[in-house]
Amino acid sequence: MIKLVGVNKHFGLHHVLKDINLEVPMGQKLVVIGPSGSGKSTLIRCINMLERPSSGHVIVDAVDLMAHRAPVAKVRQSVAMVFQSFNLYPHKTVLENVTLAPIVVCGVSKEEATTSALKYLERVGLREKADQYPAQLSGGQQQRVAIARALNMHPKVMLFDEPTSALDPEMIQEVLDVIIDLAQSGITMIVVTHEMGFAQEAADRVIFLDEGSIIEDGTPQHFFTNPQHDRTKLFLSKILR
Amino acid sequence: MSEIIASIGFLQRGPFSIPRWEAVFSNMDVLWQGALVTLLVASLGLVMALALGTVIGVMSASQWKLPRALARAYVEFYQNTPLLIQVFMLFNAIPLVFPGLFIPVIVIGIFGVGMYHGAYIAEVVRAGIQSIGRGQLEAALSQGFTYVTAMRYIIIPQAMRIVLPPLTNQAVNLIKNTSVIAIIAGGDLMYAGDSFAGRYGHYGPTYVIVGLGYFLMCFPLAVLTRRLEERTRAA
Repeated sequence: MIKLVGVNKHFGLHHVLKDINLEVPMGQKLVVIGPSGSGKSTLIRCINMLERPSSGHVIVDAVDLMAHRAPVAKVRQSVAMVFQSFNLYPHKTVLENVTLAPIVVCGVSKEEATTSALKYLERVGLREKADQYPAQLSGGQQQRVAIARALNMHPKVMLFDEPTSALDPEMIQEVLDVIIDLAQSGITMIVVTHEMGFAQEAADRVIFLDEGSIIEDGTPQHFFTNPQHDRTKLFLSKILR
Repeated sequence: MSEIIASIGFLQRGPFSIPRWEAVFSNMDVLWQGALVTLLVASLGLVMALALGTVIGVMSASQWKLPRALARAYVEFYQNTPLLIQVFMLFNAIPLVFPGLFIPVIVIGIFGVGMYHGAYIAEVVRAGIQSIGRGQLEAALSQGFTYVTAMRYIIIPQAMRIVLPPLTNQAVNLIKNTSVIAIIAGGDLMYAGDSFAGRYGHYGPTYVIVGLGYFLMCFPLAVLTRRLEERTRAA
């Protein structure tokens, strides 16, 4: 489904991703963990080409996005992303945020887009906010709208780039609950997070990134109880006190 | 009353004397006609400047090198040469390049201020686009928008709200700058005033009234600018 082959990313002299090889089968819930600066965000942003790798192959749905004239925009329609800073469209209402891309990008009719948008807003518990603007919502509510916006593209894959890191503590759980609920469905999910509880509860695979390399790869149980690498043990000892 | 007036020297003789004021007031129709030409050149020039400025502003904020370079060249050329010379060149060079082609002076005026202020508006538009956070473009791209549709639906609508106050400010400058077409006998308010005043030497009162005319055209826009700025701050 998603396959990264020999992916490297340089920012100037900084070697951020080092020969990443990763295969994520359909339906998997993958959680990416690692200290800040380890390359987690860059890794997830390479999957939908918001960062273009310096070398290697990014294959999504059998399409190599690194190929010349690859249909990147087309592939992105089925690979939705939820950002740390929400990035809702501030000049559009909640409902317009959720319907805009389906209508403009996918050519769905306005009625159809609205019907499904309201269904997804219901699912994230914000049906009654449909006519408000993002600035009128709390951070947690904005992030839930962002998830509804992503879902309304009917994606095969959902990428979450630290979806709760910009939230006030009391709003983290409401967003995590929505993501955990999504994890029950068949959708493929890749989640960069610092929420260890979420990783234990919702992931069926955890990878640990350190200095641009994947140094741990296994089930959550393996990761939390029997990590192989000293660097992982150190990280866990700091974070799980 | 008349003795008081009689005792004020500058109303008796010199550039602001009463007979000169009377002469100007009895020839106001000349100035009205000029004001109409100025309004025409200003409004059509503004339409052209807005269209050019938006296109060139979007080009100079674009991710591609060639449109960026072309836009840069345009902006630098028009911002760093005097409008007066640009209008003079349009007026004198076009007949050389296209002999026999007759272009009305008003059209040259519209192109002159349109192209000149297009460059300034392009810079305003560029700054507006660049003030929109990178996250907006990324969100749009991640949903499958192309660069162009992301600009059209997400970035430019947000940028336009920000640039509205500086744009109205540009409109004020554009109105005042239409006065340079007086040098090519543009028939505008400045030209009408100038040629009337020159005939009898009534420069003093004429320039006061012509200046007032420009003020009356510009002041409402200046007020609008301030209102829009307050609204932008409040939002």
